[in-house]
Amino acid sequence: MTGTEYILAAIAVSAVITFGLRALPFVLFRGGRSMPDWMKRLGQILPSAIMAVLIVYCLKGAKSNLFGTGIPGIAAVLVVAVSYKWKHNTFISIIAGTAVYLVMLRMM
Amino acid sequence: MCSYLFVSMAYGILMEESGFAWYYSLLVSLTVYTGAFQFVLTTLLSASASIVTIAVTAFFMNSRQIFYSLSFVDDFGSMGIRKPYMIHTMTDETYAVNCTLELPDAEKKQIMFRVAFFSRCYWMIGAVIGGVLGQLIPFSMEGIDFCMTALFVIIFVDQWEKADNHFPALAGLGIGIICLLIFGENQFMLPALIIVSMLLVLYNVRKMGTAV
Repeated sequence: MTGTEYILAAIAVSAVITFGLRALPFVLFRGGRSMPDWMKRLGQILPSAIMAVLIVYCLKGAKSNLFGTGIPGIAAVLVVAVSYKWKHNTFISIIAGTAVYLVMLRMM
Repeated sequence: MCSYLFVSMAYGILMEESGFAWYYSLLVSLTVYTGAFQFVLTTLLSASASIVTIAVTAFFMNSRQIFYSLSFVDDFGSMGIRKPYMIHTMTDETYAVNCTLELPDAEKKQIMFRVAFFSRCYWMIGAVIGGVLGQLIPFSMEGIDFCMTALFVIIFVDQWEKADNHFPALAGLGIGIICLLIFGENQFMLPALIIVSMLLVLYNVRKMGTAV
């Protein structure tokens, strides 16, 4: 598979899976059938666990390169978390965190 | 909406920095159209991850949107030819907006369609602007990928505040870190996602058992 084919295949697979998941309830729960309780509960608890794994994924470089990207990354995550808890403004928190990360990356 | 435009611009810049021109950003935004996973897809593509890895990651990351659609089965069901479009555009943001709507039925559908339509336009415009900006900016934007991390942290904090039980969030962090240490940087994502999902299914079953 060439580079372009690979990229297009990856995009196509992602698109189909994403649409399929969004459409699934419309297929499964047509005509007033409701979702079982265990599934509802899973829907409440699973997303935050997955988001947590993703944050670890973003900081994975810290393992092999603690002083290069690890410490700036962890510091900037704290900036985002604290500033967001305080102001609840997505825009400000992303800018502040990314700025801290960019600056620290060049200082380390 | 300002933050929507901003996040998609960041996405465009990230794609450009990873070596994908603006039309790739546009194509992904047009077809996949899902905030967080688009960022992860960029890093997976530049790491030449296998299609299977990409598929499984897409499945786990977007599985939350099953639960979004679920809230609107009745509303969308009566929207005729606009229904597939409404399903396609069910993202974190449109879900959040649609949930706050309290309007008479006919009007609500009109508004929901507009929310979906304009959100998508903003997203695509932002992605293209970001891609072009990324080309124009003369200095290195190394580190700009942090805006993806920032986005996830924000979603995580939002979820944390809404939850009355923090076990799932902590389990995700713990298992993520343990898997990173065991499997290493390039391999840990899939085992971590699978283990944490299984753990929560079991946890859920036990909770139900004690509740009955």
